[in-house]
Amino acid sequence: MANPTRIEVNCTTGEVLEIELTDAEVAQMEADAAAAETQRKADEKAAADKAAARAAILDRLGLTADEAAILLG
Amino acid sequence: MPSTYTLIKGETLASSAASYTFSAIPSTFTDLVLRVSGRFDISNNGGRLRFNGDSSALYSWNRVTAISIAEASNNTTYGSPYDTFVYFPGVNSSTTTADTFSNNEMYLPNYTASAHKPVMLNNVMEQNTTSAGITMLAGLYRSTTAISSIALTSDGGGNWVSGSSFYLYGVKNS
Repeated sequence: MANPTRIEVNCTTGEVLEIELTDAEVAQMEADAAAAETQRKADEKAAADKAAARAAILDRLGLTADEAAILLG
Repeated sequence: MPSTYTLIKGETLASSAASYTFSAIPSTFTDLVLRVSGRFDISNNGGRLRFNGDSSALYSWNRVTAISIAEASNNTTYGSPYDTFVYFPGVNSSTTTADTFSNNEMYLPNYTASAHKPVMLNNVMEQNTTSAGITMLAGLYRSTTAISSIALTSDGGGNWVSGSSFYLYGVKNS
């Protein structure tokens, strides 16, 4: 199966090249995808941790999220 | 206020491509405007913007994104490799409403100056659901070399789908 392609347009000459990615470039794309997925999971965990910490504070205070929003609004 | 606005080059993809690069950009303008109507073939909605083929850690960016009513923000504190390009989320992905494309505009003032290069990027992710989104981003390419090429790729290793379009304009202030 052919590799994906990249397009490069020369703005001076108008020439448009469609170039098949090398195996190394494909490997880099796959590494990028893995890194992006790792970052996405880290973002999700950070958001979940923040929400859990917020819920714990509200629980200690005996407030609902709506009540806290009114206080902080 | 700039008085000229000239199309340098642009096209709509007839087939998918992993990246789209404008090279040999003329240095005869004052500013550049890049307009992209884009969609990725994967679920990751992040894009990468890189100048002059430079993958060194010379990029900084800060962004605020609102999807539905939730807000998120982050910046280059992500660390490597997110300091080797300007990262911009909000490109329509395979999980968004079929046949919808994000609307992106990037403005690069003084792209030939011997100074660091700022970029302003705004985009909207179109959706026929409640999870449409908008992003505003401030980016900086900390190089004093004139910008002569701009490459746009997927952060998640995907492809720009057929129908995505890329238009580069030059602006002169006199």
